[in-house]
Amino acid sequence: MSTYLGMPTAPKGVGHLRGSEPFPAAARRALADTQLRHNLAMATATIRAKRAAVVAEVPDWEELRAAGQAAKAGAMRHLDRYLEQLETQVQARGGTVHWATDAVAANRIVTDLVAATGSREAVKVKSMVTDEIGLNEALAAAGITAHETDLAELIIQLGHDRPSHILVPAIHRNRAEIREIFLREMAAVDPALTDDPAALAEAARLYLRRRFLAARVGISGANFAIAETGTLCVVESEGNGRMCLTLPDTLITVMGIEKVLPSWQDLAVFLQLLPRSSTGERMNPYTSMWTGVTPGDGPRQFHLVLLDNGRTAALADETGRQALHCIRCSACLNVCPVYERVGGHAYGSVYPGPIGAVLSPQLTGVEENASLPYASSLCGACYDVCPVKIDIPSVLVHLRARHVDEARKERRLPHAEAIAMAAASWVMAEPRRYSAAQRAGRLGRPLGRRGRIGQLPPLLSAWAQARDSPVPPSQTFRQWWRDEHRKPS
Amino acid sequence: MRIALFVTCLADTLYPSVGRATVRLLERLGHQVEFPQGQTCCGQMHINTGYQKEALPLVRRYVETFEDCEVIVAPSGSCVGSVRHQHPMVARACGDEKLAQRAEAAGRRTFELSQLLVDVLGVDDVGAYYPHRVTYHPTCHSLRMLRVGDRPLQLLRRVEGLDLVELPDADVCCGFGGTFALKNSDTSTAMLADKMRRVLDTRAEVCSASDSSCLMHIGGGLSRLRTGVKTVHLAEILAATRAAA
Repeated sequence: MSTYLGMPTAPKGVGHLRGSEPFPAAARRALADTQLRHNLAMATATIRAKRAAVVAEVPDWEELRAAGQAAKAGAMRHLDRYLEQLETQVQARGGTVHWATDAVAANRIVTDLVAATGSREAVKVKSMVTDEIGLNEALAAAGITAHETDLAELIIQLGHDRPSHILVPAIHRNRAEIREIFLREMAAVDPALTDDPAALAEAARLYLRRRFLAARVGISGANFAIAETGTLCVVESEGNGRMCLTLPDTLITVMGIEKVLPSWQDLAVFLQLLPRSSTGERMNPYTSMWTGVTPGDGPRQFHLVLLDNGRTAALADETGRQALHCIRCSACLNVCPVYERVGGHAYGSVYPGPIGAVLSPQLTGVEENASLPYASSLCGACYDVCPVKIDIPSVLVHLRARHVDEARKERRLPHAEAIAMAAASWVMAEPRRYSAAQRAGRLGRPLGRRGRIGQLPPLLSAWAQARDSPVPPSQTFRQWWRDEHRKPS
Repeated sequence: MRIALFVTCLADTLYPSVGRATVRLLERLGHQVEFPQGQTCCGQMHINTGYQKEALPLVRRYVETFEDCEVIVAPSGSCVGSVRHQHPMVARACGDEKLAQRAEAAGRRTFELSQLLVDVLGVDDVGAYYPHRVTYHPTCHSLRMLRVGDRPLQLLRRVEGLDLVELPDADVCCGFGGTFALKNSDTSTAMLADKMRRVLDTRAEVCSASDSSCLMHIGGGLSRLRTGVKTVHLAEILAATRAAA
C-alpha cells in the first residue's frame, strides 16, 4: 500500500471544493426536490442523445480517445518542462506569468492585479478554476465586482445560487425559474418578459452589452495552453467569452497547471474530442486563441496565473493522477445515473459528478472529501464516454482504499463496517469457517414471511427501507453438491 | 469439456437454485462440471468498499482454488469482472507481483455464463423451454467490464415459448452497487425506482439478468411493492426444459 506524504493540498476556508455535509445527506435532500429531478432528467437525456449521435458519426472515435489519453499522459510526464517552456514563451510575447501554490495565493495575485488598474469591476469568461478558488468572493472582499458573462453563470450569479454542472451550470433551473430570476434581479428588465428562450437571451444580451462596453479588466480560465508558442485557448458557444478576451485593456487568465499541452498538434486532437463530448456539437461556435499581447489589437496587458492548489498532490498518486487529464467536457456527468438523480450541488464541490468524485478528494486530500469516492454504484458509464479514457471506476475504488488505509493508520475506521469486513475476510479465507457461517446465516430463516424478509438488523437496515430480502434457503449450494456427489462413492 | 464452477458466495448461500441450474444446463449440453470445494468469495465487496488488505486472502484463495482448472464459469458478470480486473490490481497494490500474474492467468480462463456458452462452447440454442413473458436487464459489469454485449439475448431468443420484451434504458444501472445500496441507500432507491418503472412498463412476468446481486436488488424492490413480477436468473431460464416444466 502506498503512502502520500508532503504534497500540499487545496487549503480550507477558501474556494469551492468542499461541501458542508457528506454526500449521502446532501443527496437525500436533493432527491426530494421534484422540480430538480424533472429538470435534470430532461436536460441530461437531451444532451446524452446529442452526444451519442455526433460521436457515432466519427469512425475513428476510439483512436481519437486513445490519442487524447496519450497526449495528456505525455504532458503530465514532463509537466515541469512544458510549464517552464510556456512561461518563457508567454513572457517573450509580452505577457507576464505568475505562479500560485494555492487558492489563497492566486486570489491575492488577481486581486492585486485588478486593483493596480484602478478599476473596481471586471468581466469574466466562464471558468471552472476561478470558481474552484472562490475568486469572485475574494474580489468582492477587496471591493471589486466580478460580472459573470456566460449566460448560465449569469443566471447563477443573479440567482445567488451555485453552479451544479461543469458545462451547464444552471442545468437545475428551467426557463420559468430563469424568468423569475431576471425579473427580480435585472434592474432595467422589461416587466413583460416571457419565458421564451429567445426573449430570455435578449434580456441577458442587453444586460451584458453594457458590462462589456464599460469593462477595463477581463478575467478568464483556459481550456488549453500550448507550450511551444505560449498560446492560450478558450472554447465556448456564446461569444461572450470572446468579448471579455478582446475588449478590456487588461486580461488576466487563471489556469490549472494540468492544462498545458506541448504542441499545436496535440490541440488538434482535443478540438475534435471536446465539442462532441461536451455540447454534442461537431464544432463549437467560438474558439479563441491568443499569444501574449499584440499592439493595437486586444488587451494591452496580459497576465497568466498558473495554479497548483492540490494538483501536484494528485500527480503524486500513480492511479489517481489520470483525473488531471480531464478536459471538463462533462460527458461523465450526463451519463451518470447518480448525478442525474441528485444533481451537482450534492457533491459540495465545483466539480460534481463522476469526475468530481475522483478530482475533488485528490485536490483537498481524501479525508476532507471522504464521502465522494463512495458516491457511485461503479456502473462504469462514465469511463465509456470519457474522451480521454479516464478509468473513473478504478480511481474511485483506489480512493476508497486510500480512505480506509488513512483511517486504519489513525485507528479511526468506521467501526461496525470495519469489524464486519475483517470478519468476512477471516471467514471467507477458509472454506470450513465459511460453511459454518452459512449455517449460522440460516438462523435468519424465521424472519421470513411468505418467502421474503421485510426488516433487517442494523448495518443492513438501510437495505430494508425499500427492499425485501430473500429468506436463506434450507440448503446451500455446497451442501446440495456434497449430497449429490456422496452417492456414487 | 471439464468446466469448474465458481458458484459465487451469494448464489451458494442465498440462491443455490442458480448454482444447481448452471450445473444442470452444462451437464445437459454434455459437459462435466466440477465444484472445487476450496472456493469461497471473490472479495469484490471488500475491494469496492476500500478494504483491499482484507481482500488479499480471498484473491489468493481464488487463485489457489482455480489456477489448475482449464475453464472456469461463474453465473455472475460482476464476480467475473472482479476476478479478471480487480484481482491483479489488488495483488499489485499489496506488493505481490507473483500473485498478480497468477491472478491474471486464472482470470483469463474465467468466464461469465453467457460468454462461456456462446464464445467458448459455441452454442446459442441450449434446448430450453420457458413459456413466459420475460424482460432482460443486462447488468453494468457484464456490459461494461466484460463486454458480453447481446450474448444473453442471443441465448434467450432461442428459448422455446419465451416471449422476450425489450427493456427500455436497459443499460442504466439498477442502483445496487454493493455497499453503495447501504451507504447511499436513498440514491440507490431512486435508481431502483426508475429501473422498476421500466420493468413494469414492459408488462413482463419475469425480469431476468445474469447476476444474482442485481436481481436481489431489483427483486427486493419488486417484492416490496407487491408488483407480481419476479426475478429469475438467466441460468434458471436456460436450464428449464419441457420435461422439467
